[in-house]
Amino acid sequence: MARYALRFGALGYLALLLFVPVGLVFYRAFEHGFGHAWEAVSTHQAVHALELTLLIAAIAVPANTVFGIVLALALVRTRFPGRGLVNAIVDLPLALSPVVVGLALFLLYGRGGWLGGLAGHGVKILFALPGMVLATMFVSLPFVVREVVPVLREIGTDQEQAAETLGASPLQIFRRITFPAIRWAVAYGVVLTTARAIGEFGAVSVVSGRIEGRTETLPLYVQAQFEGFDTPGAYAASVVLALLAIATVVGLRAFHPREETA
Amino acid sequence: MAADALALERAPRAVTGRAGGSLARGVATGYLSLVVLLPLAALIWTSRASGLGTFWEQATRPEAVAALKLTLGVAAVCALLNAVAGTAIAWTLVRDRFPGKGVVDALIDLPFALPTIVAGLTLLALYGSGGPFGIDVAFTRSALLLALLFVTLPFVVRAVQPVLLELDSEMEEAAASLGARPLAVFRRIVFPNLLPAILSGVALAFARAVGEFGAVVLISGNLPFKTEVASVYIFGQLQSGNESGAAAVSVLLLVISLAVLLAIGAFRRWRTRHDG
Amino acid sequence: MKSIWIALLGIALLAGSAAGASKGTTVDLVAYSTPKDAYGKIISAFQKTTAGNGVGFTQSYDASGEQARKVAAGQPADVVNLSLQPDIDLLVRKNLLPKSWKQNAHRGIVSDSVVVFVVRDGNPKHIKGWGDLIKTGIQVITPNPFTSGGARWNVMAAYGALRRQGKSDRQAIQYLSKLFHHVPVQPDSARQALQVFAQGKGDVLLTYENDAIYAGKKGVHTEYHIPKATLLIETPVALTKTGLAKPAAKAFYRYLWSSTAQKAFADQGYRPVVKSAARGYRFYKPPGLFTIGTKKLGLNGWQRVNRRFFDPNSGVMAKIERSLGR
Repeated sequence: MARYALRFGALGYLALLLFVPVGLVFYRAFEHGFGHAWEAVSTHQAVHALELTLLIAAIAVPANTVFGIVLALALVRTRFPGRGLVNAIVDLPLALSPVVVGLALFLLYGRGGWLGGLAGHGVKILFALPGMVLATMFVSLPFVVREVVPVLREIGTDQEQAAETLGASPLQIFRRITFPAIRWAVAYGVVLTTARAIGEFGAVSVVSGRIEGRTETLPLYVQAQFEGFDTPGAYAASVVLALLAIATVVGLRAFHPREETA
Repeated sequence: MAADALALERAPRAVTGRAGGSLARGVATGYLSLVVLLPLAALIWTSRASGLGTFWEQATRPEAVAALKLTLGVAAVCALLNAVAGTAIAWTLVRDRFPGKGVVDALIDLPFALPTIVAGLTLLALYGSGGPFGIDVAFTRSALLLALLFVTLPFVVRAVQPVLLELDSEMEEAAASLGARPLAVFRRIVFPNLLPAILSGVALAFARAVGEFGAVVLISGNLPFKTEVASVYIFGQLQSGNESGAAAVSVLLLVISLAVLLAIGAFRRWRTRHDG
Repeated sequence: MKSIWIALLGIALLAGSAAGASKGTTVDLVAYSTPKDAYGKIISAFQKTTAGNGVGFTQSYDASGEQARKVAAGQPADVVNLSLQPDIDLLVRKNLLPKSWKQNAHRGIVSDSVVVFVVRDGNPKHIKGWGDLIKTGIQVITPNPFTSGGARWNVMAAYGALRRQGKSDRQAIQYLSKLFHHVPVQPDSARQALQVFAQGKGDVLLTYENDAIYAGKKGVHTEYHIPKATLLIETPVALTKTGLAKPAAKAFYRYLWSSTAQKAFADQGYRPVVKSAARGYRFYKPPGLFTIGTKKLGLNGWQRVNRRFFDPNSGVMAKIERSLGR
């Protein structure tokens, strides 16, 4: 009896909060037919927004992955003063509001900021791609590190040390022993990072200037269309983002290290 | 022979070799500094640049204080609701069996993967004016809470699930066979084991809720003193050209949320040590 | 794993090449929040002319004050169409615009409008005049004067209308204070304010006539009334220094006063400044229409008005906003 009550309660909560709203967006997008929705989402502006979103992710995700692995190795395999601090800094993006992240970048690179002079030399950070990439890198920084660190701890250094005494070079050790052991954690981290990068809104809102055709990502496009009374366009673009999100969720399932028992 | 074994036992050396290790560390710290530390330093510096007096004046403006109070309050309610709902959902997903459970389980991650602005739009579609069921809670605190519950959904669920999976159900069955009611079994046996995980999830949910921007910006209406949260206030100050005001409140928000997170973390470690 | 990297790299290359594929000149247009649809038509028409052939455009629409600050902070801009002169003056002060920007036949003004009241269909609260706005229980939506140009036009329309009723300067300012106590939320831009109103918040929205007409086109269930005494809105457009260096931008700037462009503005509810283009459109001229330069109502040009009313620290509106903090 209690089981049914719990199931009903949990599923009801999920339905009202998650399933029905998301389903409604799909419904609204395709309400007037698939052709209508396709038209709404294949405007020049929308296509560019999607391309920009993917481009930013294509830069930020590999960067965070590479440095995530390097950071994880540094944190687990070496001892250095300030290790705890670095650990805390890596987790910081999880506790920061995206608007605060955007503000920090705006203050650093804007006119009057410490690196504001860059714009004078033709290096555009704000209102251009680099600023948006930096913002996205900031907010999606922790995920690969956080996934790899516990795995590195778990596998220990026995194999690596054995290989080292046998004369393997550091690169060989990494390629043959370390990386294969952590690759599923890396994959999971990459999926998380990609999801966060594609979905970023608040920080990019502040630094991009939302220039249509230049610095407007797909999430920004959704807001612009909604505020511009183009609800079909907003819903259609939302569906594209929702489909990307669902692909992410599938990816998370696929690379999930945990085993399902029940 | 013994000496060799001792050599192996000594502190683990950098996998990438001593020289490579420092390079890796240097590059990693450099990256971290460029991406995270430098901007934050600029933020903190700007907040104090016009003097502590201005900082305090900006941070104690009625609208700023109202926004901070509202943010912390709603985030706390959201985190608590998540503790209950998240645990219930995790329980259902682990211990129960029903058709489509795999799909439901997978979809729990959707709020994390969905861009926040889309989350706001989806809730607005159902719970705003023009929604199919005639409910309109846009521009109210309920809408605010709704948006936050949406984006924080996965945290407690995903934190509790692995613990529940590992938990040996024999203890519960034994207690039940001895006549203990399900609620007592939960309270005495299950809950203490789940608490650290719940607290982890709550901490993440709280941190997320405090900073949320995209999901609330459409549905809450951003009414000052009523539904304007700190992130929206900060954004508005920046847009109005009041950079020092935006920076001051940002720093305050950061300090407060970090303090709460540290407190939750400390409490969690205390509990884990207690239960052994 | 490798395939994922290759796929990502492929996407990056594709997107990168698409992003960088704009051959020829690009003109950067930065405007306030409402004229997007008008410029859509004008740009397409311009691109069909010889001068506009092959010219690419980037466009940015947002609250006028925010746009001015962003351009000042480095956002690229060749042609700026902002809501009111002080926002252009900011760019002159930052050396991004020449002082001579308004030396043309139309003093740099590209379109006109008036401040109107937007109410729900059927006007259930019977809102006709400025006095109705401060009746008990009436909620007024207006954007934030420190971000939105439209908001500043609204404020000065209210002030001027009260002065026209014979009220003194002090009484008119008191009215402004009372008015803003009836404002539950001040969205960032005029367009956002319209969105908020459309979603059901507030009884009356103060905005540009052209945005009220836009609302009608978008099927929002509202109607609008032009109060008898209201302010003539004149929106300026200027070429920045970078724009002056681009022949395409200069051509586009001049094109804005062509009859095609002015008609495009008129189609979207703006009042054209070129009289011949206004033929065929009926725009009501309110009996009590005044401008920002109508001295006898205490309005002595935007420079002085902006300083007195909208200085972020000492301005009349700053004091009123502070008094709103309960």
